[in-house]
Order: sequence, then C-alpha cells, then structure tokens
Amino acid sequence: MSLISEPTRRRLLQTGLAATLVAGAAPAFALNEAEARRLIDSAVGDINKAINSGKTGSALYRDFETIFKRYADVPTIARSVLGPPARSASKAQMRAFTGAFTSYLARKYGKRFRDFKGSEIKVTGARKVKRFQEVRATAKLRGQAPFNVAFMVSDRSGRDKFFDLLIEGISLLKAERSEVGAMLDRAGGNIDRLVEDLKRRG
Amino acid sequence: MTCAPKMLKSLALLPAFLLILTACSPTPQDGSIADPLENLNRKSHALNKSADRAFFRPASRAYGAVTPEPVRRSLSNVAAHLNEPRSFVNHLAQGDIDDAGHTFIRFAVNTTVGLFGLFDPAAGDFGLEKRGSGFGDTLAVWGAGEGAYLELPLFGPSNERDAIGRIVDIATNPLSVVAEDGPELAAATSFPSVLNSRYELGENVDGILYDSADSYAQLRLFYTENRRFQLSGQASAENAFDPYENLYEEVYEGLYDELDF
Repeated sequence: MSLISEPTRRRLLQTGLAATLVAGAAPAFALNEAEARRLIDSAVGDINKAINSGKTGSALYRDFETIFKRYADVPTIARSVLGPPARSASKAQMRAFTGAFTSYLARKYGKRFRDFKGSEIKVTGARKVKRFQEVRATAKLRGQAPFNVAFMVSDRSGRDKFFDLLIEGISLLKAERSEVGAMLDRAGGNIDRLVEDLKRRG
Repeated sequence: MTCAPKMLKSLALLPAFLLILTACSPTPQDGSIADPLENLNRKSHALNKSADRAFFRPASRAYGAVTPEPVRRSLSNVAAHLNEPRSFVNHLAQGDIDDAGHTFIRFAVNTTVGLFGLFDPAAGDFGLEKRGSGFGDTLAVWGAGEGAYLELPLFGPSNERDAIGRIVDIATNPLSVVAEDGPELAAATSFPSVLNSRYELGENVDGILYDSADSYAQLRLFYTENRRFQLSGQASAENAFDPYENLYEEVYEGLYDELDF
C-alpha cells in the first residue's frame, strides 16, 4: 500500500478489490504445514498444562481464555458467529460482544477439555485443505478409542491463528454460529441484550 | 415434504415410510444438513426433552446413586459385548477384515477371560478397544447417502439411512446364532446400559439439551457432523466453514455499495 503516493479512499478500495480477486484466483499458501503444526504444538502444550494443572472452575476457565486469545483468531470467529449484524454493530458493541463471547467460549470448551483430564493431547499431523491448514491431534483415554481433535489454522488475519476447533468432527465455529444466531433471535436482534445473555451462559 | 408427512405420524408405519422417504431426500453435497421434516422433528425433540426431564434424567441419577460403579460398568459391558457379533458381521459386510478380526478377538477374549462379557479385559490389557458397527455404517460404505435428518421419538437423533440401519440391526440380530438367549439378554441389559450412559455423560447431555439456545439445532449439528466424521474421517475438514472467505464476501458487498456498481 505504500506504493500509492496519494491514497484516495476510492483507489485504496479498488486496489484492495483487485488484490483480493488476484489472491482468490491464485491463492498463495504463505502458511505451511510445519508452521501450522508449530502453532498447535504450542497451543496443545498449554491446553495439556491447563487440564492437568489441578485447577477447577473459574481459575481453569481463565487459563482457557488466555489460550484462546493467544492461539485463536478470536475477532474473526466473533465476527463470523455474529454474521451480517456485525456490519451494522458499533465498535463498542463489537468490543463488548467479542469480550463476552471469548469468556463464554472459555467456560464452555474449558468444560469439554476437562473430560480429557489425565490424558495427554498429542499432535499427529498437518495437511493443507483448501486455503488453510488442518492440524490433527488425539487424546488417548485408557480403554477407549482415541478422541480426535482438529485445529483449522490460517494466517489470513496477518498472524498464524486457529479459526476453528473440531472435537470428534464437531465444529466449534458451526455450533456457535447456530447458537449465537439463536440467541440473537431471542434477543430480538439487539446486540446489547445478546451480550448480557452470553455473560450468563457457557 | 411431498412424501405424506401426515402418515408419518403413525409411528407403527415408520419403517415403511422411511424407505419411501429415502427415495425422495437427496443428501446435500456442500456439507449442509437436509432437514425437510424440521417441523415434525422439532415436535419429536420436544417430546424427547420432556421424556428426559420426566424420566431418563431422574432415573439415570437414581440408578447412578444406588448402583455401585463396578455393577453399572459390568451391565454396560454385557450389553456392549452382546453387540459384538453384529459389529463383526457388519465389518465383514463392509469388507473391513481388519476391524472384523479385531472385533472377533475382542469377543473371544471378553467371552473367556472377561467372563461372558462382564468385564472388558480386551480393551484394558490387550489394547483392543471397542470398534462397534451397525447396518447404518454398512449402508454408508455401500454408497447410501444419509438422506434427511430425523429426530426419532425416544431413539433420538438419526437420519433416513441410520434409521433404516437401526431397524435392520434390531430385526436381524446375529447374536441368536452365537447364543440362544442372547437377544433376550441384550434387551434386558440395554436399558441399564442406556441409563448408565445418560448418568456418565450427564453434564454433557444437560449442556446440549438444557443450556443451549437452540438445543434442537445443536443436537442436529452434533449428530450429523460426528456421524460424517466417523464414516469419512479426514474428509470432514473439507466441509469446514471458512470465515475468511465469508468475510471477503462482506468486503465485496461493502465495495459494491461504495463503488456504486
């Protein structure tokens, strides 16, 4: 963008559009398997530490919130689960929603990961899928078939982050798109009421 | 909805109508879930929730509180053990010799060392975890699509393919070949086994049924995505929702507004 000496709003937009179209036509895979795997190795290390720390309740959920913020593309996930209303929301509303949604995720998925207590989640491999990387991991519990966890990783936010988490094939992103959509309907489309509802859930 | 949904309400005729329905519900290829019977399914979801609230949840808690853990586990072990012949036959029908052999050895170990299935030493000491299968899986391997999503009264989430699989599983139990009283014993132990699962998964089930904003939609997503994952493994990531693609779409829309296209 520094190539443009007089960046008018219109020219910037047109350049952006052209760049996006080019990127769409010939996607460049900046993020490779090894980089995606490195991110998730580190994330899984922190998750293992949290679930086997002996912490419970809000102390454990705080750890998960830190992990989410560090490794997940929380702003993109939040925008995506809110859907089109994100476009008309004010900055303050988006900030409040993203904050409440992150804590809600930490509580909800903190509980699910608690079930893996006593086991070690291990990264097993990574592969390119469409325009992102899928990093797979397993949690082995004695006497049971291993649980499968998969992280969808992308660098399209500008940093390597995961944007979805699949436990036994069930997508966090899809589940929360449906849930937050239902909550927003109940709140009559009012984002402030949705934020209050999110604070009570999870 | 063109397939006489009114008649579907007659539960006695359900199996016949499932077969008819299969012929008219194509499986979506884009990762979405076909749910043409949503209105009916939601009614049956409400019924299932009431049944859980009134019976299964309190009964499972009472069962969990009164029955010692080893007894509960053994009853569940027997119920699972009696399903192994069915799994074995289905693995064979799918041409999966590996899982068929695995299941055969499991059954042999647990029948002998595990005292007719009361214990599960195969999973513990031999590292042979349960690899269950049913006719729904076999239909999938044979190329049947899942068809429309169904939430069956009392049986819970399913789809046209899996519902037919379930009926065939019940109607053609290969257990009767292995043990004369097998099917009766399977029926007798399946009930405590259901209560035990409800008890052990208590918090997770409560979370889906009672803490969700739309428990019907959550259950539908969980069942379908998990089932597709079991059947296709890796392929599930291909249907992942890509939020960046969709954010770009929003950018385009914004640009179109801006540039007055």
